[in-house]
Amino acid sequence: MTDVVMRAEEVHKRFGRLEVLKGVSLDVAQRETVCIIGPSGSGKTTFIRCINHLEKVDGGRITVNGHLIGYRLEGEKLVEDSEKSIARQRTQIGMVFQRFNLFPHKTALENVTEAPIHVLGQSKQQAEEEGVKLLTRVGLADKCDTYPGKLSGGQQQRVAIARSLAMRPALILFDEPTSALDPEVTGEVLSVMEELAHEGMTRIVVTHEMGFAREAADRVVMMDEGVIIEEGTPEHFFEAPEHERTKQFLSKIL
Amino acid sequence: MLTAVDWHVVWVRIAHPNHVFFIALTRTIYVAVIAQVMGVLLGLAAALMRMSKLAPFRLMSGIYVWIFRGTPLLVQIFFIYYGANQLLGFTLIPNTLNLGFFSLDSAIVAGILALGVNEGAYMREIIRAGIDSIDKGQMEAAKSLGMRYGLAMRRIVLPQAARVIIPPLGNEFNNMLKNTSLLFAIGVYEIFADAEIGYSNSFQPVEYFLGVAFWYLVLTTVWTFIQAAIERKLAASERGEDLTFWERVQAAWNPVTAWARR
Repeated sequence: MTDVVMRAEEVHKRFGRLEVLKGVSLDVAQRETVCIIGPSGSGKTTFIRCINHLEKVDGGRITVNGHLIGYRLEGEKLVEDSEKSIARQRTQIGMVFQRFNLFPHKTALENVTEAPIHVLGQSKQQAEEEGVKLLTRVGLADKCDTYPGKLSGGQQQRVAIARSLAMRPALILFDEPTSALDPEVTGEVLSVMEELAHEGMTRIVVTHEMGFAREAADRVVMMDEGVIIEEGTPEHFFEAPEHERTKQFLSKIL
Repeated sequence: MLTAVDWHVVWVRIAHPNHVFFIALTRTIYVAVIAQVMGVLLGLAAALMRMSKLAPFRLMSGIYVWIFRGTPLLVQIFFIYYGANQLLGFTLIPNTLNLGFFSLDSAIVAGILALGVNEGAYMREIIRAGIDSIDKGQMEAAKSLGMRYGLAMRRIVLPQAARVIIPPLGNEFNNMLKNTSLLFAIGVYEIFADAEIGYSNSFQPVEYFLGVAFWYLVLTTVWTFIQAAIERKLAASERGEDLTFWERVQAAWNPVTAWARR
């Protein structure tokens, strides 16, 4: 398989004595949307935070576009990479957070153009042109000069999506992007995310929105207690799950 | 035998001070401003060191604050003025520091240094608390966009922390304006020295010390208004409001709104 964007091999992660990830392996192909579901505490969020090295892994390895994330090989050993090269790798990996994490002291447009200008070195004019296009795509053309404090949760999350798209990443990670939203605005964020799928963006989405998983996912992955216990197409998952734990989980959540 | 207060002298000290007084007043102001700027920079450096992953940095920052918050400012002033060169074995405090457009004598240099270094120890805690108050998600979001620590600090975290840092920083500067009076003890001719010398020539304590107290009150009051205007501006930009200049001036000069915000 040459078109693997993200490959995780036997990823282990512990917080103190608590082992959160107990050997997670997953390949995500280009243009694929993978939804990770599972009960809270199953390690879903920790896993995607490892993918852009917001969490250090304690074992195993993660590569994005063939490059090892957060570490480099010195002989046989993995050594943590320099801050500079970790930062460079992260430009390839977008992330959308549960709590949006927009920069409150910057307008919607400034949120989107901040990194293209100061990290990628784009000109202000170019970054703003593209920023306006992106905000238009997420339906917020009229909110360019608005500060996050004056936007609804759904609008803020759409700005956050535009912000990560502005870096033209190879992969976007979504960490429960609708969990902090009111039910009535969840739809607007999900529809923006569904549009992205049509444009062939590679995505890993941690979600509790089974409707979204069913509609938009190419593959659904079920995690429980730090391991992947089942994966398959949405049809497989929602019509004929095999694992007992999956059945239990789905019956509770659907 | 008590003599009556000569209110005319008080009036002159308040309303018609002489040329020498204004030189002293200028000195009080620039010493306070330079020392405060130095304190903020040292405090920022010490705060970042305190949060460093490297233990020696954290230790250095800790020792710095321990010493300079744990000993009297007046002792530090004397120590730096009389002892710094001897202790260090090189000339930290020159006889005169020539800056081209003006020159500072050794007492002023030592005084600024002492006030600034002392202030840095207090500013470290204020700046650290300000940075700590910013949600960790801000740094994570910045990092996830490929920003390095320094860039994320400078462009994302510190501008937000500034809003938290500015109010206590204003109080620090209020203290700084008054603490400059301690430099009289090493012979810096600032407004307290001016009053003290006037008093010892005339033996009119009420007249001279009331006069100088009035001028300290002017300095701190003017600063209160400036501070209010700065805070107002920061708060407005955070909320995304665009106040006009006059709205800002009005807000700053309205004591009710200025104090109600605290």
